[in-house]
Amino acid sequence: MQLEYYLIIGLILFLLGLYTCLTRVNAIGMLMGIELMLNAAGLNFVAFSHFNGNHIDGHIMAIFIIVLAAAEAVVALAVLLAIYKRFKVIDTDKVVTLKE
Amino acid sequence: MPNLASMSFFIPELILSAVALILFIFALVSDKAGKKGEYASVIAIAGLLASAVFVLKNFNIGSPPLFWGLLVLDKPAAFFKEIFIITALIVIIFSQRSNELRAGANDSAEYYSLLVGSVLGMNLLASANNLLMIYLALEFVSLMSFILVGFARGSSRSSEAALKYVLYGAVASGVFLYGASLYYGLTGTLDIKSFLTISPSPHLTISLAGLFILAGFLYKIAAVPMHAWCPDAYEGAPTPITAFLSVAPKAAGFAVLMRVFSAAGDGFNWPLIIAVISAATMTFGNLAAIPQTNVKRLLAYSSIAHAGYLLMGVASGTPRGAEAVYFYFAAYLVMNLGAFLVVQIIANTSPPLMGGDIGEGGRESLAAYKGLGRRGASGAILGITMTIFLLSLTGIPPFVGFIGKFYIFAAVMDAKLYWLAFIGIANSVVSLYYYMRIVKTIFFDEPADAVQPAFSSRRLAAILGVLSFATIFIGLYWQWLSNIVAAVIA
Repeated sequence: MQLEYYLIIGLILFLLGLYTCLTRVNAIGMLMGIELMLNAAGLNFVAFSHFNGNHIDGHIMAIFIIVLAAAEAVVALAVLLAIYKRFKVIDTDKVVTLKE
Repeated sequence: MPNLASMSFFIPELILSAVALILFIFALVSDKAGKKGEYASVIAIAGLLASAVFVLKNFNIGSPPLFWGLLVLDKPAAFFKEIFIITALIVIIFSQRSNELRAGANDSAEYYSLLVGSVLGMNLLASANNLLMIYLALEFVSLMSFILVGFARGSSRSSEAALKYVLYGAVASGVFLYGASLYYGLTGTLDIKSFLTISPSPHLTISLAGLFILAGFLYKIAAVPMHAWCPDAYEGAPTPITAFLSVAPKAAGFAVLMRVFSAAGDGFNWPLIIAVISAATMTFGNLAAIPQTNVKRLLAYSSIAHAGYLLMGVASGTPRGAEAVYFYFAAYLVMNLGAFLVVQIIANTSPPLMGGDIGEGGRESLAAYKGLGRRGASGAILGITMTIFLLSLTGIPPFVGFIGKFYIFAAVMDAKLYWLAFIGIANSVVSLYYYMRIVKTIFFDEPADAVQPAFSSRRLAAILGVLSFATIFIGLYWQWLSNIVAAVIA
């Protein structure tokens, strides 16, 4: 397999993630989009490091991305729970008490 | 430098990590109901002071690369670390007497732990010299800030602010990471110094990688086009946290932006990109601030505008510009924290000062400031100090904001960016309008009733005095501060 294939898959994942984040109103949906973007970057890192003589930095970065994605999801879900308790919805277009 | 040898230069961060963990344990084991927050804040203050001392001790040791070059301990990093620590110390005093935070008093030890943790993250960010470290530190600061913004769990505004902040922050870090992965692919390393090796070839992919990485930093400093979270997050967050966010993480963002920026040289037109972003940021911030009726939200837009002014210094790309940015941050710290402190005191005073606009955010509305200067002695003091801070934020002599702006404009003129200086001056005039509208409301509008604000806490009154004194004093005698800043550059 060539490097290009991985990069194209990474790009597609990233764009799908960005598209999801920009179009979804459901906060969980947006979180899923964010996961896609992070994984796209992780895939790029691993691919680059594989084709660069298994350079260790990329692998380490990918592992940290996985860990931090989990940490971020925990914080985001905690915030969503607090939101759900007060607003009874998690749609970002309905949670609007702060004015423009 | 190998890991064990680096440890002796890493003491400030080690102290902060220890204090953050101690506070978490303290929160679990202590049964001092009611007094818990007070003790926790004292532990946090002691830890921050100890850390500040060790940062100072390491000020003059050159710039050793620590942990195999992941961190670098140079003078700008030390300067920014002191800024974070001083901000955190002042904000801890705000937090001790904040009604919003006391509403959930049971977890106040965790609150201080998170605050110390975020200072730790910012310290790492200020000295990070590698994209892995930058990413970790950036996320560290972000995660702490998300929780702090949503800390007032009883308030729907706070939760909503945290939701917007968290979603926006996660997207920004995704974009940053994708840029970092492209950078890694092009250079084969995560060291930011490699920007120099590739910068002579303004290739599309490397420009894209640079822009994506820049987006992550712009999000941290709330610059256009990554500013959208800022007004909502600042308005909904508890006021001490708003004050903290408007100074410390912004300074951290600038620290890392300037480090990467100076490593990149002037390949792919960074100075021009930053100059355009700077012009857009200050224009947007100032224009959007004009119609605001909530003072906290108005100050949020004003902080966006100030990020624009600070970016002017970065755009000049000279040591003089960097010096101006450092000076401005010291000035911005005292005047901006002071303005938010007045907002907090007004919002906490009981009975509330309001002209009919009642609601969760009503205590921060401009209506509450109507005739503040005529509401007895304490009202007059609050009105006068607020005026001092606002005049200083506008950049009017003899206050410290004027000196800061003077240095920034001098640096921009020096770099021959005349159009940028012109936009900056036009923006200062615009900002005069909305700052003066608050002053007019305070002194020339009729108060709605005869309620007089009471200083519920001597501590807040004292820190208010210190901040307003510093705003005037440094405005008159700034030489010592500019000597410090010059030493940072040297």
